Amino acid sequence: MSWFTKTFSSTIGRKIVMSITGLFLCSFLVVHLIGNLQLLASDGGDAFNVYSAFMGTNKVIRFMELILVLGFVFHIYDAIVLTRRNKSARPIDYAEQRPQENSTWSSRNMGLLGTVILVFLIIHLYNFFVPARFGGLDTVSIDNEVYDNLYAEVIYAFSQWWYVLIYVLSMIALAYHLIHGFQSAFQTLGLDHKKYTPFIQKFGYAFSILVCLGFAAIPLYVFFFF
Amino acid sequence: MILDSKIPEGYSLAEVWDNHKFNVKLVNPANKRKYDIIVVGTGLAGASAAATFGELGYNVKAFCFQDSPRRAHSIAAQGGINAAKNYQNDGDSVFRLFYDTIKGGDYRSREANVYRLAQVSVNIIDQCVAQGVPFARDYGGLLANRSFGGAQVSRTFYARGQTGQQLLLGAYSALNRQIAYGKVKMYPRTEMLDLVVVDGKARGIVVRNLITGKVESHSAHAVVLATGGYGNVFFLSTNAMGSNATAGWRAHKKGALFANPCFTQIHPTCIPVSGGYQSKLTLMSESLRNDGRVWVPKTVEIAQRLRKGEITVNDIPEGDRDYYLERKYPAFGNLVPRDVASRNAKLVCDEGRGVGSSGLAVYLDFADAIKRDGQPAIAAKYGNLFEMYQKITDENPYERPMRIYPAVHYTMGGLWVDYNLMTTVPGLYAAGECNFSDHGANRLGASALMQGLADGYFVLPYTIGDYLAKMPYDKVPTDHPAFVEAEQSVKDMTDRLLSIKGKRTVDDFHKELGQIMWDYCGMARNAEGLAFAKQAIRKLREEFWKDVKVTGVNEELNQTLEKAHRVADFLELGELMVTDALHREESCGGHFREEYQTPENEALRDDENFAYVAAWEFTGVNGEPKLHKEELKFENVKLTQRSYK
Amino acid sequence: MDLTLRVWRQKDRNAAGALVTYPVKGISPDMSFLEMLDVLNEDLLIRGEEPIAFDHDCREGICGMCSLFINGRAHGPEKGTTTCQLHMRHFKDGDTITIEPWRAAAFPVHKDLVVDRSAFDRIQQAGGYISVNTGGVPDANAIPIPKSVADKAFDAATCIQCGACVAACKNASAMLFVSAKVSQLALLPQGKTERKTRVENMVAQMDKEGFGACTNTGACAAECPVGISLENINMLRSEYILAKATSENL
Repeated sequence: MSWFTKTFSSTIGRKIVMSITGLFLCSFLVVHLIGNLQLLASDGGDAFNVYSAFMGTNKVIRFMELILVLGFVFHIYDAIVLTRRNKSARPIDYAEQRPQENSTWSSRNMGLLGTVILVFLIIHLYNFFVPARFGGLDTVSIDNEVYDNLYAEVIYAFSQWWYVLIYVLSMIALAYHLIHGFQSAFQTLGLDHKKYTPFIQKFGYAFSILVCLGFAAIPLYVFFFF
Repeated sequence: MILDSKIPEGYSLAEVWDNHKFNVKLVNPANKRKYDIIVVGTGLAGASAAATFGELGYNVKAFCFQDSPRRAHSIAAQGGINAAKNYQNDGDSVFRLFYDTIKGGDYRSREANVYRLAQVSVNIIDQCVAQGVPFARDYGGLLANRSFGGAQVSRTFYARGQTGQQLLLGAYSALNRQIAYGKVKMYPRTEMLDLVVVDGKARGIVVRNLITGKVESHSAHAVVLATGGYGNVFFLSTNAMGSNATAGWRAHKKGALFANPCFTQIHPTCIPVSGGYQSKLTLMSESLRNDGRVWVPKTVEIAQRLRKGEITVNDIPEGDRDYYLERKYPAFGNLVPRDVASRNAKLVCDEGRGVGSSGLAVYLDFADAIKRDGQPAIAAKYGNLFEMYQKITDENPYERPMRIYPAVHYTMGGLWVDYNLMTTVPGLYAAGECNFSDHGANRLGASALMQGLADGYFVLPYTIGDYLAKMPYDKVPTDHPAFVEAEQSVKDMTDRLLSIKGKRTVDDFHKELGQIMWDYCGMARNAEGLAFAKQAIRKLREEFWKDVKVTGVNEELNQTLEKAHRVADFLELGELMVTDALHREESCGGHFREEYQTPENEALRDDENFAYVAAWEFTGVNGEPKLHKEELKFENVKLTQRSYK
Repeated sequence: MDLTLRVWRQKDRNAAGALVTYPVKGISPDMSFLEMLDVLNEDLLIRGEEPIAFDHDCREGICGMCSLFINGRAHGPEKGTTTCQLHMRHFKDGDTITIEPWRAAAFPVHKDLVVDRSAFDRIQQAGGYISVNTGGVPDANAIPIPKSVADKAFDAATCIQCGACVAACKNASAMLFVSAKVSQLALLPQGKTERKTRVENMVAQMDKEGFGACTNTGACAAECPVGISLENINMLRSEYILAKATSENL
C-alpha cells in the first residue's frame, strides 16, 4: 500500500474522510435549505421551478453534484467499514451496560441515525430528484418558457400526512446526527483550542437545530396552510 | 566464607568510583552480543538495568510477574527522588547527600556505596529529563525542588505526588525501546522460582509461566535480581499485593547471603487498619507532617469514651490533648524521622490512648494549619491526599483530624552484595530494594527511587562487564543437569503444595505470620518476644505444610498456587528476620530493641560490637543460619548519637 | 450488608464463559471492592471451589493492574476511581452486582476476570519513548520547559494503562490511551525529534491490534480513573495529520 492509501485506510484516516465529507455535506444542507425556502414564496412556484431548472442544467452545479455524490459515497462507505470494524472490536458484548452515564445518546447512535437519513434520502431522491432529472414531471410555462413543474410535485407530496411525518422524523434524526457530527468533525481533524472549541460546539448545536427546523418547517407549513 | 566488599583501596572517597570505573574490565562492543543477561523484576532498578544492558549490546531477558513491566510497585512511590544537584543554591553537595544518608541510616551502611549513590544521583535526573519524565517546574521553566523527610536542603525532585510512577514510566519507555529493537525479550506474567548455579556460578533461572503453569528454564551468563523488598512478610504493608521475596529467597537458598534482614522501615503516616478483611495499607505522604499536628487524648479514660463513641474528637478540649511529639521533641516536633515518629505512635497506643475503633491510631490534625493559612491553601498543598483519605475512610479531614498509624513500608535488608552489586554467588547480582547496600538501618525519604535508578542505570552496566569480560562465551544448555534438577525441585514443590489439600487457606497462614511479625518483630522488639516468635513461626510453617489448602491445578492461571509459593518463602524468611533481630543486641534505625534504649526511650546503638553487616548463610529450612560479619569502617563521618530533642 | 454477585467465570482463553451467581454476606461498607472479592474467594476456597481470578496489585489506584466492569461501568459507579479504590459503602444491602471482564477483541480473557492487555505494551513498544541511551545526555536544566507545558505533559503522563477507556468505549477504541503517550512526548521539547515517526507507528500498531475507531463519544474520558482528557485525542489527530502530510516515511 502506498502512504496515501495507508493513511486513509487507518482508523484515524477513515474518520478524517468522514469528517471532511460530513462538513461538506453540511454546506450542501445550507444550499439545499436556501433553495427549498423558495417553496414558500407566494408566486405559485415560479421561483422554485426556475431555480430547480438552473440546478439541473448549470455546468458548475452539475459538477458539484458529482462531488456531492462522492461525498455521500465516501461518508457512507467509511461509516460502514468502521462500524463493522468497531463491532468486531468487541465480539462479546457486556451483559450489563450503563452508557448513559458516560456519553450522549446521539454520539452512540450515529450509525442508526445515519441509516434513517439514508433511507429518507433514497425516498427523497426517488420522489423528487429522479423525476426532475430523468423526466416524468408535468410542465409549466413561466415567462413564455417551459419548465418542469417540480413545485407541483413537492406540494402534492407535502399534502400527504404520512410523507410529512416521514420527512419530519427524518429531520429530527438528521438534527441528532448533526448535533454530534458537527463538533465531532472538528475534533476528528484535531482542531481543538481552548478559545475556539466552545464556540464551535455552540455553533454546531445551533446549526443542527436551525437547519433541520428549517427543512421540517416547509412540509409542515405546506401541509397545514396550503 | 570471608565477605569481601571489593571496595577499591587506596583512594579517597570521592575517587573510588571513578577509579573503579577505569579499572574494571570492558567487554568489546562486538563481543557484547555474545553474552546473555537475565533481569528479574522490572521496577526502577530492573527496568533501568535491562534497558541499559540492551543499549550496550547485551542480549537481555527480562521477567516480571505482573501483566506488564510498568506495573512494578516502584510506580506507587509518591514523594520524590533526591539528587545532589544543588539547583537551589542552598548548600547541597554530593558530600552532604552522602553524609545525610549515612547518618539517616544510623551508621549501618557502607561509606563507599553511599558516596557513589550520591555521586550518580545527579546523572539520574539528567537521564530522566532526557527521557521525557515531566518533573515539576517553576515558572521560569527550570526544575523545581522541595525539602523532604526533614532534610535541611531542597534536593528532592518530584512529579506531583506521583514521582515513582513517572520515573518508572521513563525506565519502562527505555525498556520498550530495547524490546522493539529485539535486544530485550520481555516475559511478563512469569515468576522466577529458582536460581540455577553451574560450577559455582549463577547461570540461569527456572520460571513458571503464570498463565499456562509451564515450568521453563532460561540460561544466561549473569543473573540480576531486582525483585524489590520483602515487606509483605507482615501481610499488611504498603507494598503491592504481589510483592514477594521468592526470587531473592530462593537465591539465598542457593548460596546468596542475606544481609540485615531485620532492618524494616515502618512509615508513620499510613491509614489505619479498619478490619480483619483488610488486604493492604495505604501510605499518606510524609509531607503531611509539615502542617499536621500529631496528638492523642491525654488520658486513657477519654480515649476509651472516644472509642465507644460517647464523645467525638471535636468534643475534646485543647487541654485534654497530648501533642506528644511536640512535647517530647521540642526542636523537631512533628517532623522527627520516620522511625522515631512510628515508635512514639506505638507507645501512646500501647498505653491505651489510641483512637479509632481499634485504638490503633493517632490523630494528625490540620485544624491549626487551616485556621492559620485558610482551607484553600491547605487544599492546594494536600488536596489529593485529603481526597484519597476521604475515599478510603469516608471521613472529611478538613472537618475532623485524620487518623494515622504506622505501617511496614520498606525493607533496608536484602541480599548481601559487594561494591559491584554482586551477591556471594558469582554472576548473581542484586539491585534496588532487593539488595541491602545503601540505606543502613533506616532509609531517608526520596532515596529509594534514587538507589533503584542508580543501580540500574549507572552502576550495574559498568560492574557487570567486569564479570562478563572474564566469562567464556559458551552457553549452558537448559538440558544441563543443574537446570533439570532445579526444574524438578520447582515441580516437586508445586506438587507438594497442591497435594496437601488441608483446611486452612494460604491467606489465613499469611495473616497469622504477619501478626506474629508485627507483634514481635515490628516497631519494638525484645529478646523474649523474638524467641517466642521464632518458635511460633516454626510451628506455623510446620502447620502450613500439613494443612494448607491450594485448589486447582498447576497447568492454568492459579493465583492461589502463586500465593502459596510466596507464603512458603515468607514463612522461612520471617524466621531469619527474627533470628537477625534477636542477635542484634542494640537499637539502630528501624530496629528498636526495648532492652537497648536511652533513659529517654531513644535508640541506643552499640558501635563497639555491632557496627557490622550481618550476612546470613542458609543451612537448611529448620537449621540455624550461619552468621558472617562484614565490619563497617567509617573514615569520613563521625559516629554520633542521633538526637531530635 | 448482604449482596448477590453475578460474576463472569471462564476457564481459559478458549473456553466459553458465563455469569455465575454468588451470594455474599456480612460485607462491611469500609471494605474495598477487591476486599469484598477476597472474602468471597476465601469462602470459595474453604468450600473447595475454584476462587475467582482477577487482576490486582498495588491496591492504591496507581499500578493500573485492576480492571473489572462493575454494574455496566468500567471500574464501577464512582467517578475518577479505580476498582481497588472503590469502597462498598457505595452499594446498598441487597444489591445485585454484575462483574465482567474488560470486553475487547484486543483484550482476550485469560481466565475469569483476567484479561490480556499486552496489546498496550506493544503499542508503547512501537514508539512510546524518546530514543536516548543511558548517559551522554545534557544537564536536566539545559532546556527550560514552560511550566504550563510541563504540567500538561504531566497530566497526559499520568495514564495508568488500565484499559478502562477501551472497556468503556462502545467501539473498544484505544485512542485515549495512545493519545496520552503521544501528547506527553509531543508536548515536550525532548520528544519533538521523533514526533512524526512516533505517532505514525503507534497508530499503525493500535490499528493492527484490532481496537475500534474513535467516534468521539467521550465515554473513555468520562470513565478514566485518572482523568486523562479528550484534548489528548485531538492532539493525537493533529499530530497524525501533520506527520502523514509532512513526514518522509512512505
